[in-house]
Parts: sequence; C-alpha cells; structure tokens
Amino acid sequence: MRFRTFFASLALPLAATVSLTSVAAQAAGKTLTVYTYESFIAEWGPGPLVKEAFEKECDCTLNWVGVEDGVALLNRVKLEGDSAEAGVVLGLDTNLVAEAKATGLFEPHDIDTAAVDVPGGFSDDTFVPFDYGYFAVVYDTQTIDTPPASLKELVEGDPAQKIVIEDPRTSTPGLGLLLWMKTVYGDGAADAWEKLNDRILTVTPGWSEAYGLFTNGEAPMVLSYTTSPAYHMVAEDSDRYQAASFSEGHYMQIEVAGILKTAPEKDLAREFMAFMTSPAFQDAIPTHNWMLPAAAIDMELPEAFDKLVVPETSLLFPPEDVADNRKAWIDEWIAAMSR
Amino acid sequence: MTTAHLTRAEARAAGFGGVAAIALVGLGIAVPVAALLVLGADTPPDFSVDAYLWRITRFTLWQAALSTALSILFAIPLARALARRPRFPGRIWILRLFAVPLGLPPLVAALGLLSVWGNNGFINRMLGEIFGTAPLSIYGLSGILIAHVFFNLPLAARLMLMGLERQPQEYWKNAAILGMGGWTVFRLIEWPAVARPAAGAAGLVFMLCVTSFTLVLILGGGPGATTLEVAIFQALRFDFDPPRAIWLAVIQIVLTSLALLLLRLIGGEDERSQLLAIGNDRLDATGRLGKSLDIVLIAAGAAFVFAPMAATLVSGLSADFSRLIFRPALWQAIATSLGIAASAAVLSILVALLLIRARFAAPDRPTAGKLAVDTLAGATGSLVLLVPPVVMGAGWFLLLRGGRSSMLAPLAIIVTINAMMALPFVMRVLETAYRAVLNRNGRLALSLGVTGWNRIRRVDLPALARPLRAALAFAMALSLGDLGAIALFGNEDLATLPWLLYQSMGSYRTTDAAGLALILGVLCVTLMIIADRSPAETRENRR
Amino acid sequence: MKPAIDMRKVERKLGDRQMAFDFSRPRGSITAILGPSGSGKSTLLNLIAGFLAPDRGQVLIDGTDVSHLPPGERGVSMVFQDNNLFAHLDIATNIGLGLDPALKLDGTQKDRVAASLERVGLAGYEKRLPGTLSGGERQRVALARAFARARPVLLLDEPFDGLGPGLAADMISLMLEIRADVDATVMMVTHDPREAESAADQVLFIDQGRIAADGPMSGFFERSDLPALSAYLRGRPEA
Repeated sequence: MRFRTFFASLALPLAATVSLTSVAAQAAGKTLTVYTYESFIAEWGPGPLVKEAFEKECDCTLNWVGVEDGVALLNRVKLEGDSAEAGVVLGLDTNLVAEAKATGLFEPHDIDTAAVDVPGGFSDDTFVPFDYGYFAVVYDTQTIDTPPASLKELVEGDPAQKIVIEDPRTSTPGLGLLLWMKTVYGDGAADAWEKLNDRILTVTPGWSEAYGLFTNGEAPMVLSYTTSPAYHMVAEDSDRYQAASFSEGHYMQIEVAGILKTAPEKDLAREFMAFMTSPAFQDAIPTHNWMLPAAAIDMELPEAFDKLVVPETSLLFPPEDVADNRKAWIDEWIAAMSR
Repeated sequence: MTTAHLTRAEARAAGFGGVAAIALVGLGIAVPVAALLVLGADTPPDFSVDAYLWRITRFTLWQAALSTALSILFAIPLARALARRPRFPGRIWILRLFAVPLGLPPLVAALGLLSVWGNNGFINRMLGEIFGTAPLSIYGLSGILIAHVFFNLPLAARLMLMGLERQPQEYWKNAAILGMGGWTVFRLIEWPAVARPAAGAAGLVFMLCVTSFTLVLILGGGPGATTLEVAIFQALRFDFDPPRAIWLAVIQIVLTSLALLLLRLIGGEDERSQLLAIGNDRLDATGRLGKSLDIVLIAAGAAFVFAPMAATLVSGLSADFSRLIFRPALWQAIATSLGIAASAAVLSILVALLLIRARFAAPDRPTAGKLAVDTLAGATGSLVLLVPPVVMGAGWFLLLRGGRSSMLAPLAIIVTINAMMALPFVMRVLETAYRAVLNRNGRLALSLGVTGWNRIRRVDLPALARPLRAALAFAMALSLGDLGAIALFGNEDLATLPWLLYQSMGSYRTTDAAGLALILGVLCVTLMIIADRSPAETRENRR
Repeated sequence: MKPAIDMRKVERKLGDRQMAFDFSRPRGSITAILGPSGSGKSTLLNLIAGFLAPDRGQVLIDGTDVSHLPPGERGVSMVFQDNNLFAHLDIATNIGLGLDPALKLDGTQKDRVAASLERVGLAGYEKRLPGTLSGGERQRVALARAFARARPVLLLDEPFDGLGPGLAADMISLMLEIRADVDATVMMVTHDPREAESAADQVLFIDQGRIAADGPMSGFFERSDLPALSAYLRGRPEA
C-alpha cells in the first residue's frame, strides 16, 4: 500500500459518507422537525404519507428524525435537554407519559382534542394520542387448534406449547405483558409468572427478535398485538397467524405526541398536532403503522380489520401508577422468573 | 526482541505516538463518561450491589469463561488440522467464510443458528423424523454456548492458524526426518506456536462474551440468563440512570480485567522465536490416520460454522431481490455502511499502529515510563472492548447535544466508537506481523539509514501490506454488522444496512430482512476476498 | 558391496518441470551437488530424504527400497541452511529429539547428547536456547545432532552458506570428522565450487532437472566437455 493512498483512504470514505448523507437541502419557508421511532418513518411506514399530506397544507418542510423506539425517543429528549431541535415528539406510549412530563421539557398542547377517540378515553393537557393497539398473544394456526381463551388459560396451559415473550427490562411489549399480568392477577402476579415460566421458550430483548423467532417456527405463540394478523392478511394474503382473544380483556398501548418547550416554531408544532387528529394523518395509521387509528378516518379499511380481535375490556394503568411501581414490579418479575 | 530495531529518535517518536494514541482512546472513553456523570445525573448515584447484581455478575463471568474455554478447546484441533492440510480445494474459502460470523448482527446470527439448532431447526426436524419427537432444546446455557462458539471458534482458529503458519518450513522437515510422532509434534512444536495466539484469542473471546447481550437474551431462555451488559442497557435506557450505568460498566471492566490478568498468569509468556520464515508445507503430516482425522475435523468445524450461514443464505434467497435492489434506500445504506466501516477501520489501524510502535520502543532500555507505556498500550488495545458502546454513545451524544442538525458530529461519533470496538482485533492482526517485519528488516533499514518517516513509508507499510489489508477487512466486517452505536442517533440520512435490517424486522418484513442479511454476508465475504486477493504474492513469500 | 544410496530411474514432475535422477553412491563417499539455481538440487535431496515421493523409480538406501517409507524411517539426517533448531527448545532437547522423537531419553542417551556437544566444541550448552547462540554455533549443534543420530546418510542443504569463508572451512572439517566417526555417506548441495572442492570426492552436476555430469571431484572444474558447466562457472567470477 502506497503511503499516500493509505492516507487518502482515511479521508475519502468519511468525506464520501458526509456528502452522500447531507443531501437534505433545506427548502424555503418554515421547518418542523419531528422526533419519532424509526419504523414510523420507514419507506413503507406512515411517515412519508404524513409528510406529503402535511406539507401540502402547511407550506412548510417536515423533517423526520427516527430513533430506535419509544424508550429511545424519551432518552433522546432527555439527553438533548433544552437544546433539542425538534418541535414535536411523536411515539411515546402511555407508560412513558409520566416520566416524560417529569422532565419538564414538554408544554401543554392547547389544541382541541374532541376528535380523539380511544377506548377508555385519554385526555391529557400535554400529550395527544395518535394511535393505539392492544397487546395479544398471536398464535400459529398450523400448530395450535384451540388457543388459550384467557390469560389464565395461557398461564395454566400445556407447558409443551411454548410462547416467546419480550423482556420488560428492555422493551415496551415486554412491559405491556408485565402490566397486563398485574391488572389481572394483582398481588398474585408473581405466582402466575412462576407458572407461566414453564411455557416461556425464551425472553427476547425486543419485539423484532420475538416475532422473528415466532415466524421461524421456534414457538407457536408470541406476545404481539391484535393488529399483527392484519399485516399477514393484507400484505401476505395469509390467515395463518391469528390473535387469541382473552376474556379478562387486553392491555392497551396508546401512542401519543407532545410539543417540546423549546420548539422553534410553536404555531407550526400546534398545527401539526391538530393535523394529527385529522383523517389526513389517521388514514396512514392502520395499514402503514399496523395500529388502530385514534380518531376518525376517511378511508375504507381492508376487510382483514373486521376479522381482528376486539377486546371487550380495555385494560390500562394510569401513567402515574406505572411510573411509581415499574421498578418494583420488574424486580418481582425477575425474582419469579428466576425461581 | 533483544536488540534495538529503532533509532533513538524513532523510539522517542514512537513513544510519543503511543502516548498520544493512549490519550486519544482514553479521552474517547473518559470524555463521554464524564459528560454522562456531570450532565446526565440528576439523582444521587446508586453504588449498591444487591443480590440481583451479584447474580448477573456471576452469570456473566461464568458463561463467558465457559464460552471461551469451549471456543479455544475446539479451535486448537481445528487450526492444527487446517495447518496440517495447507492445500486442498476450498481451503481458502473456509478461511474467508470464517470471518463472516463477526460481521453478522447478533439477531441474524441467532436466527441462522436456530434454523439449525432450534426447536424447528434442521437437527430437531431430522431427529423428529427418526424418533418422532424433537428432544433437543438449546434455550438456556447450551444455546448461549453454541452461539458464542459459533461466533468465536472461527476467529480463534484463524488467529491460531496464523501462529502455526509462521513456523519455518524446516521445523516440519526436521520433525519428519527425526520421525517425531503426531503427539510429539503437537507437544513440542505446534503447542508452543499456538499457545501465544491461543492466549490472545482467549482474552478477546472472553471480552466478546462478557459484553454479549442480544444472543444471551434470545437464547438464554429467561432473566436467569442476564449479563451485566443487559443491566447497563436497562439502566441507561429504561431508568435513564447514567451513574448507575457507569457503575455497572466499571464493575464489568474491573472484573474482566482481573479475569484476563489471571488468564495471562496461567498462560504465561513463552519465548519469542527469533528465527522467522514463512512456510507451510507439512512434510511431517503424512500419516493416513492423521490425514483422515484432519479431514474429519475440518469438515466438522466447517459444518458447524457454515450451517447457520447456509440457513441465512437460503432464507435470504427467498427475498424479492428484484424489488429490493431498486430501493434507493438500500444503496444509500450500503454506501453509508461501507463509508462508516472504512473510516472506522482506517482510524482503528492508525491508532493500532501508533500503539504497536510504542510497544516496540519500550524494550530497548526499559525504564518505568517506557514499561508503563508498553503496558498501557497493550491494555488500551484490548480493554476498550469492555466499554459498552451504548455508554460511550450516550455520553458523546449528551456532550454534543446531538450536534444540532449537523450530520458530521453523529457521524464522527459512530466512526470513533466503531474504530475503538475494532481496535483489539486490529491490534491482534497487526502486532505480530509488525514485529516480524521489524525483525526481518529492522537492522537492514538501520544500516541503510532509512529511518523515521521514510522507513515507515518505504519499508514498514509496504511490508505490512497484507496484514494491513487483513486488518482493514476484519475491522470493516465488524463495523458493518454493528447497530449499537447508530441506534442512538437514528436519522434517516444515516441509515446503515443493519439499521435497515432491523427496521424491516420491526415492521413484519422478515423476508426483506433476510435478503438484507444475505447482502451483509456477501459484503463481508467480498471484504475477505479483497483482504487476501493476491495469492501469488503469498506463494512467493513462502519460498 | 551394495551402494549406500541408489537412485533407480527416479522421476518426479514439479510444476511443469520433469526431474529425472539415476545414480548410485558407495558407502562413505562425499558428493557435492552443483548446478544453477532452480536446476533441481534441493529436489534431489528432498527425494532422498522422503519429503517428495517419486512418480516413478525407486530410492534405495543400503540396499533397502525406502521409496514408500516416511523420512524418519529412512536412516537419513539432514542439515539445512537455517532453522535446524526449534527456537523455543533448549539445545539438549533439540539434540535429544534426534535420539528419541518422543523425547524419552535414558541415561546413555543423555550421555550421548552431552558427548555430541563436546564433539562439536560446545560442551555445557545443554540448557541454552538457540536464540542465544551465533549462527555458526547453531549449525554446529545441528552437526552434533547428526553425530548423535549416527544415520548412514547425511544430507546437507547449503548448510555453511552465510557463515563466512573461515567459519565455513572450520565447519567443513568438522563435518568431515563426524562423517568419518559415523561412517556416513554424504550428499551436499552447495553453490560454492571451492567448498565443493575442499569437502567432496565426487560431483553431481545438475542442469534442468537432470544429471548433466557425474564423476570424481578431482579435475572436474577443468572439464570443457560440458557447456552447462562452463556457463555455470563463468557466472561465478571467483572460480
């Protein structure tokens, strides 16, 4: 290797990467930056549609910045403190709301949320829901004929039929199941976990790993969402994977957005929040984010959505309870699962 | 090394370079840690050691020790068999493909491994055909061990093979003419040649297994199998408690350093060979039984490593490439990944060269200062692996506050972190080679008065071309598969291949993800081919 | 009496070059193998030692066909230009390996190790590592090992190259003494005609994989019937 080439090889890739990636030329007019989780802005996600629709209305540029998931989103806000460039943070879930408020970095939204319609209702002066979903056990119909009809049946069922769950220490669905068990079993949750442990094949760090194991045929059940089968029915034309309906009800996940105190263009941020509850935004949710819309939509939902499990009871802890007890409940979970 | 291979001025420059490199790496770690402690802490630090922490610490060290022992134990006979059979068709491909596991994101590797060993895996389906049930469940410690051996056996075998192939041709001729049996050859020639790289590989493997995270969780079966890295991740992510995360990281670093020290005490330092030549015709390895055993060992090792990769390949082929390759995002991700990987690799090599030269400057007339530089340079080159990237990333991010809208700051952080993570690998590839080059050319260069800059340019770097290429490819492969650093700075313009892959996985697009994994694997193999693209040159050197 | 080394129509193809050797040597003879570089000198030694198997023909040592025997069972010792000693093993071990490859030495064998070191003037070097010896001393240890092994055939592959004229001459006389002690037959590759003249009584001149001349040492360099030899000698100004 010639010396000069060696040296050039340091500078070139860096320069190339920078020039390749810094093409985001700023258009004229106002700019709104929105932090969200990355699957929201995937090219098949709702992000591109929302951007197009909003830019048509606002005469502005909408910039997405995507991080790993809702938890990473809150961390990013905490890390940046008052120097965040974003106006809106979109994609926190109700379990993170109390903590997010405690940072003091968000300000009341001051918009009319009459359009918002989520089961059980959710009203908050800082955060506005944009979609919601229910956790559910999704099973493989090729292996399981009669899925568990309740959480109790799941806990007490045949230990040879395995389920993959996510870790509440590292993922939101994992935390969701933990809270679900807690709402149903209360103080008996630890014993229930101990029993369920025999059915658990493994505990993965996140949803992707769990669902990957499930579709690879490693286990016939996985903790996912009631909307998961809709994807397979719509995108893959397959009804092999279905969600089990649990008689105790299903734990909810409501995803919300909020305005940062340091938002450079507050009016624009508010405009976006209002836009979020309109059909133009909501239409992108069902078949792109594979969640349920939190306000009226102006489109025909695919037939598959009619076949989805609709829980009779929606379970949800108030955000403050989650914030206060999360640590203790996770410790309880670890102890029960390690017994 | 007994005699000086550097002039006094060169030794001084090398020493300065080493101190600068150590300072650079030190700052690279200390600055973000300080930033996290100062800017990120709003709660009093929690330095407690509860039963939970105590348990996961024990488990971390225990699984890492077992994984290391197994990887090394299997790598020794495999490396020996490969060394004894220097030419058979496909050998070079075995070695090239051995570098691929390093470049695979853990999730991809886990899915590949499960296609072979899992409940619905190849082996269990075969056993199911025969016995009617699938009796083998790998979830738990056995799954963790299989995964770690899959990742590290090829790495260790490659490092040891390099040690064996460095032995002069005459050794094997002598062994043959003296009629030394296979066991004696192993005991007296091969083991001494392998022991040193084995100790080095063991240290590296141990660190990789200590910091293992995704694999341990996926295959471990439950929170009983939790490593410190999980706790660090949890502390930083869910609890956003930087002091706690750093405290856990300190525990991890200190305990692992102690374990490595112990390893070195047991392994000991062996005599360094002064006589250097490269040869690998194995005239002693002609017995029919030994030959068959070699073939069986190589076949078994290759099958173990390649089966999960083949599974990844097969599921990757089911992806719709005609659609995939027309996605601009794919090409941008490939370009970004390669750019980051190349920058990180080159930076890593530069720092490694500085550290290595500093170590050469030391043994001439050892003073306390020189020995300190030597030790620190060695430690820097390996312990950096123990600093959780998520801690470094968070710290830098906090410090730069995301760099506002600038792309350069997050890019520089990602490159720096990847470069630091690759450093131990680069050091291992380059250090012995550089030592050999100095032994061979050192005095000649001195006698010709080719010193300083000129020597580095005209003598050292050209002579190191091959190991440099190998180090570059290794480091790039490592960075290619890395997601950890980038996850914090998510930004659609900074999407890398693993990022795209996880994005696909995270939105039900498993076939796309499989296709991307295949592309990632192909990139790794291509890098390895580039790394040893000139077999002619190799042959010539061996004469 | 059977020849000590008998190469019967031995053929071997290496790359695209066909090598062919057919000659024999009586016990106790010392043969210098000369020839341009790349002519096949080392190949010849490798065929005798057993590092290469012949495609056709037989190799006989003391009347026994050893063509299919591994190097260790052929009754040969060999000294290379370099790396004769395992650098990480001490001198006694390096020699001891020549007596018992599994290194289980009894008292007599240990005495023989010491005696062989004394024979080459390195008494008391048992515990030293090769790296602490000079190049000449290392080659003397290699000769000591050949002495201790006392095999009927001694193969030398440019063993005194790079030692300097004075030292090389010393080594040659030491080699000759040892040869006499163990009554070995010597084949020695060299590219120094003077070295050949002072050590050998016979010559094999190899050119392009074949024996171009086979005869007594005396007067060999004066022969004018061999164009290849003249070309070879012209290329060496010191001869």
